[in-house]
Amino acid sequence: MSTAPLSATPARRRPQRAAAGRFAVVPLLLFVAVAFGVPALAMAYGAFTTYNPGKPSQYTMGNLTASMQGGYLDALVGSVKLSALSALISVVAGLLVAQAVVTSRFAFLRKAVLSASGVLANFGGVPLAFAFMATLGNAGMLTTKLHLDQHGWSLYSFNGLTLVYLYFLIPLMVLSVIPSLDGLRRQWREAAQNNGATGWQYWRHVALPVLTPSLLGGFVLLFGSAFAAYATAAAMVGATVPLITLQIATALSGNVDPNATNIALAMSLDMVVIATLVMVVYIPLQRRSARWLV
Amino acid sequence: MAGVTASALTTEGSPAPSTANGPGPAGARGGVLAGLSRIRWGRGTVLLVAGLYFLVPIGTTLWFTVDNSPQGFSLDAYRQIFTVPGLWPALQLSLLLAAGTIVLVYLLLIPAVVAVRLGSPRLRTVVELTCTLPLVVPTIALTAGISDVLRWCNDNLAPTPFYATFLDAQNANFPVVLLLAYVVMALPLAFRTLDAGMRALDVRTLLEAAQNNGASRARAIVAVILPNLRSAMLNTAFITLALVLGEFTVASILGYVPFAVWIVNGNSAGQGPVTVAVSIVSLLLTWVLLLVLSIGSERRGRAQAQH
Repeated sequence: MSTAPLSATPARRRPQRAAAGRFAVVPLLLFVAVAFGVPALAMAYGAFTTYNPGKPSQYTMGNLTASMQGGYLDALVGSVKLSALSALISVVAGLLVAQAVVTSRFAFLRKAVLSASGVLANFGGVPLAFAFMATLGNAGMLTTKLHLDQHGWSLYSFNGLTLVYLYFLIPLMVLSVIPSLDGLRRQWREAAQNNGATGWQYWRHVALPVLTPSLLGGFVLLFGSAFAAYATAAAMVGATVPLITLQIATALSGNVDPNATNIALAMSLDMVVIATLVMVVYIPLQRRSARWLV
Repeated sequence: MAGVTASALTTEGSPAPSTANGPGPAGARGGVLAGLSRIRWGRGTVLLVAGLYFLVPIGTTLWFTVDNSPQGFSLDAYRQIFTVPGLWPALQLSLLLAAGTIVLVYLLLIPAVVAVRLGSPRLRTVVELTCTLPLVVPTIALTAGISDVLRWCNDNLAPTPFYATFLDAQNANFPVVLLLAYVVMALPLAFRTLDAGMRALDVRTLLEAAQNNGASRARAIVAVILPNLRSAMLNTAFITLALVLGEFTVASILGYVPFAVWIVNGNSAGQGPVTVAVSIVSLLLTWVLLLVLSIGSERRGRAQAQH
């Protein structure tokens, strides 16, 4: 009597449970399809079509071609250069800071740097721009105290922007490389030393090769976040440094040329292509670094 | 700073044992110690330079807000926060949007995360991919797409009854367009946070225990799973709040004036010190939130390690 319903219950519940499980995911998928899919598709469609109010839009490659010419191309190249340079410096600086923290005997230092990095990596946008304007801007404290302007310093330039981007990129690098540095076994270093290797040789032949995937992964991650950054640059330089994000914003908000919007969409598509490449490179690198450094 | 004092101590302390040990071994040991102290100096320099780079801008910004050139020290900029026009509506809008975003993120993600934990690996792949997709489209590109959709709606919806809905979605008091964009932007991090929280639970056992005690499935999730997920939910809320409060890109291009946009507009309108003071205050609040977060997660990690 009592065994029959007990054995029947799981059998009845299992299919229902699976169905309910899939049903719970539906709102999320629908939401992403509408709030993300529709704008993304509109962007892709708009990049390949002309825009004439009242007339049907026509297929064209003109927007993409235009996005690869003149000022638009300068902006794309400027963004790639800025992101690559600031990511490269941040990889080196982040590695140095992380190594200094990892080998430190002070647990407090490690804790403080990790917390600060978590906070500073999120410190983008407007406050960051303000902080640097107050420090190194034209009337900034360091600029006036040290007469930096007489030496040709300007914050509102390519170099200035690079210096600012390091502020959130280095902490990001510290956060992403510390687990890998923790994974370097002490025995590897000891083995190298027993075989007569110098510190430099240990780094050159043991540590760096093991770290390479995670360093490359870090570089790609930093490149991606520098490439997509907009608020800091917008609040700081306006349009004096050609950047693709600034160029897209100008094209979207200016009502000069209705076709400018479609060129902005084409530039956005360029950005998506680059961001996708970044992710395609990043994910396998992350897996690979996980293989050695468990 | 701690690294600098540490290296100074090491170099001062190092000669003592080598002189005590006589000339023979002292040579070899001196070499090792010299190497060590060089490394420590290197570390001290790195930490000093990094410390200066990260602390000086914050220090000078604070100085900028309290330095009223002719008279000297003054807290006027901070006092004006309470009277400056436009700040409170902007902050209200941001907080409203943040609340809406957090609620929507919860409603969409919590059922999905529970389902992923119970369901097949394929379901996990689908959900994980869906929540990672927004990372491939930079915010500015998403904004371009949204403004294109808005333009199309404006051109084509005018004669239809949907036009009123379309206008409502762009209402400056509560722009649903922004809400949708923010939820999309919050998804990747929110999913990872909630999913990590869920991984720490034995969801299946908890659910079965609750159901064996006669709870319905929905009640089991609300009364058993959610309380256990509290800290992950809190983390998600904090991260989302920080994201929405600082968001500038979408709002400024679509022409809304929440908190971050107000700060920039006010700054270029000549309200310099106040806006910088506001941004400092908002920054400090965000930092306190994030620090509380990281301390909380560390406590939890330690508690789990002890178990």
